[in-house]
Formats: sequence, structure tokens, C-alpha cells
Amino acid sequence: MSSRIAILDYGMGNLRSVEKALEHVGATATISDDPTEVRAADGVILPGVGAFPRAMERIRERGLDELIAERRDAGVPILGICLGLQLLFESTTELGGAAGLGLLDGGVDELAADGLKVPHIGWSPVRWERRSRLVEGIDSETPFYFVHSFAPRPGADDLLGSAAYGARFACAAERDNVFGVQFHPEKSSAAGLRLLSNFAGVCASVPA
Amino acid sequence: MVLKRVIPCLDVDAGRVVKGTNFVGLRDAGDPVELAERYDAEGADELIFLDITASHEKRETIVELARRTADNVFIPFTIGGGIRSVADAQAVLDAGADKVSVNSAALARPELLSELADHFGTQCVVIAIDAKRIATTGGSSPTCAAPPGWFGESDWGVYVNGGRKLIEGRDAVGWAKEAVERGAGEVLLTSMDRDGTNHGYDIPLTRAVADAVSVPVIASGGAGELAHLSEAITAGGADAVLCASIFHYGAFRVREAKERLAADGIPVRL
Repeated sequence: MSSRIAILDYGMGNLRSVEKALEHVGATATISDDPTEVRAADGVILPGVGAFPRAMERIRERGLDELIAERRDAGVPILGICLGLQLLFESTTELGGAAGLGLLDGGVDELAADGLKVPHIGWSPVRWERRSRLVEGIDSETPFYFVHSFAPRPGADDLLGSAAYGARFACAAERDNVFGVQFHPEKSSAAGLRLLSNFAGVCASVPA
Repeated sequence: MVLKRVIPCLDVDAGRVVKGTNFVGLRDAGDPVELAERYDAEGADELIFLDITASHEKRETIVELARRTADNVFIPFTIGGGIRSVADAQAVLDAGADKVSVNSAALARPELLSELADHFGTQCVVIAIDAKRIATTGGSSPTCAAPPGWFGESDWGVYVNGGRKLIEGRDAVGWAKEAVERGAGEVLLTSMDRDGTNHGYDIPLTRAVADAVSVPVIASGGAGELAHLSEAITAGGADAVLCASIFHYGAFRVREAKERLAADGIPVRL
């Protein structure tokens, strides 16, 4: 069954690659900020590249913060990617700090990196900290592609995956129907496509 | 940990791969996107497209290439050739490219690097440098009487136009440092001495630049056998190796290259 997934457009980042990757795994993807279209979708992806405070401004300007919370409450699966993952948390310290969407507990901080250069760019192995429908069929320590300077600190119950760059950091989180990954599945070849396919499967399994 | 990368490079002219089509099983061996899909399936970590189209429709052809690649290939890719402005870069990044590579345009106007970094972040900006040895420090070169340091801080000059034109007053190490200070997030370093020789990467050049800059260096030019790839990383200090002909002409598969690096103790994605 093909699931319909809305990619939230708030004017930041390259949404095209996410759209094409979803289509590649058989989902129907729509890039939109229109509430009617988003409400018609089986799942929501919150993408994003750029700075957290600016992204939250744009999300609020378009009323997408309330729409995302509404969809969460309706049980619709939500996946944050890269900055989109960070926005799911309560707050960031980036650029003087800003409040996030607060769908997940915890804050977002700059990578410790332990002397390594930030941003962290490239392929790094990801360790699954627990089982999840999102990462079914993907071995722990499979490499994914990262481009980021900040990472979230989820509660222990929400931690799904971690990676090491100098220090170990959280790179995947999950609570109920809210998921997020710090890496870019749409740029992580077969493993990334599998993760998106799994997400599409989760979306399809939720009764409308 | 960040894994070391193997990056096939595709030269593209008017939307077609220029060299290297010795692949069986491709529907259209000249289609860069089909070749890119093949490399992705074989384990390539990233791709670089260098557009050498000379026509007025250049901008349209590279944007179309970026769009078609993003539609079908799900690894990061860089577009180089003809990026001269923020608007040029915006067009290919919007189409789905992850980075842009600049070479002669940055030499002509170094501010381009900071403009690109300010707009898109340093992670989107690759400085491509074509380097060639022009003197031996200490004056021991019989053909060159220049004193040490005459060309700058290293023995490698910076060339454009495929190695035909030397940029006066620039040396490769000094230019790499300046480019990174201005906003380049990665250095694509091609040895014009080694390019096309199959004799291996220029290790002293790669090491000199890798030691001078804090950003990743992609070694390019001269790969002829798989041992050369390991050497560029271990002895040269490169973070990634770029290969063209050894893959295009079918001498080796990307998968074989990755397996060889792993066997040599280099962390790679298999």
C-alpha cells in the first residue's frame, strides 16, 4: 500500500532530494505548507537545513507548529530529518538560543567533537540503541551521511541511535509516533532508502 | 568517526559523459545519470560531476544534470564547471546537488568563495585546485633558477585551462590555505603531473596541502591501481580519493576499491 507523505515546506533546505527518495521507495510525496494537504497525508516529514532559530520563526509564521502538534496528537507518524530532528526538541543553544516544537524532551547543543572540526560531515556508522520499526532490516553500525554542527540530547527512553565524532552523540530519537534522525537518509544510499521505506510502512499501518 | 571516501568523477559535455564508457549492461553508456546510479549501487560514497560544456546553454545543462541526478541517485554529489556566482550555485543546489566546486572563477575573483560560504555554508563549497610542480626548493632544479620560495610557500604552481596556464603569484599550498580561510569547506586537489599517468597520486603534494588546511582534502590525478588509493590516504593524508579512468574503463569496480581500502586497515563504508 502506498502511503501519502507530506514534506513540510517552510522555505528552508533542499526538499527535492527527500521527495525523490520517498518516490523511489514507492510513497507518494507532497511538498506543502497547506493544512488541508498536510491533514490528508498518512505521515509528515519535517526536513531542514540551516539555523534553528530562523527555522522556528518561519514555522511559526506559517502556523506549522500548531499543525505539527495537531498531527502528532492525531497519531500520524512524524519524521524529523537533520535540522528537522533538532526542531522536535524543546530548545537549542544555537545562535543565542531558541525554543523548539517540544515534541521530544531535551535540548540541542553544539557537538562536543572533542577537538575534531565542526561541522561533522561525511559517512559515520550509526549504532541502534534499541529496536524500532524505523530501522528494521538495517544493521547496527551501518554508515549514514551526516552534515551538522549541533545534536540533540534526548531522554534515555527516546534514544534510538548514536554515532561517534570525537564524543558519542544522539543521532536518532523516537517516542510513540514521533521519529527523528540527525543524518540524511535521502543521501545515505540503500540504507537511507530502507529507513524511508520503513517510515512509509509505519505511515501506511496507521488507520486513517 | 568519519569514514574515508571513494569518489568517482564524471566529466560531462552537453549532458553526456565524455570519457569512459566501458561498461556492460548500461542502456546508455553516455548518460551520466545512469553511470552515477551504477556507481551508487557499487558503493561510491559521493560523486563529482565536472561539466566542460562550452556552449551558451551551459547553465541549463548543469542544472538539468543536477536535477536528473537528484531524481535517481541517493548519495551526495558535487557539481563543478561553470559556477561563477551565487546565482549559479543556487540553481544547482536547488536542483538537488549537495556541493559546488569552483576553480578558475575563484582564482579570478577569490571573494566568490566567501560569498558562496555566506549563502550556503562552507560545507557546500569545494575549491578545486589543479597543481603542477614548477620548482625544486633549494634551487636544485637544472631547468629553473628561481630561488626557494619564489613561487610562494610550496613547489607547486596553480594552473587553469587543463594545466595550460600558470597563475602567476600563486602556489598550490598557499592558495589552498587562502581558499579555506575564505570559506571553502573542502579541497579537491588534482596533480596535473600525475593526471592520466596511472602512476599514482602525487603524495608529497597531497601531504603538503593536507597538512596545511583543516578541511578534508580529496586526492585526484594518477590512480592506476588500488594500492594508489590507500597510499593517498595513509601517506598523503587525504580524506577521500577521486577516481575517473580506473572506474570508467572498467579496470576496477568501486566495490573492489572499497574492499582493498578496508583490507589495508582504512575505515570505509562497505
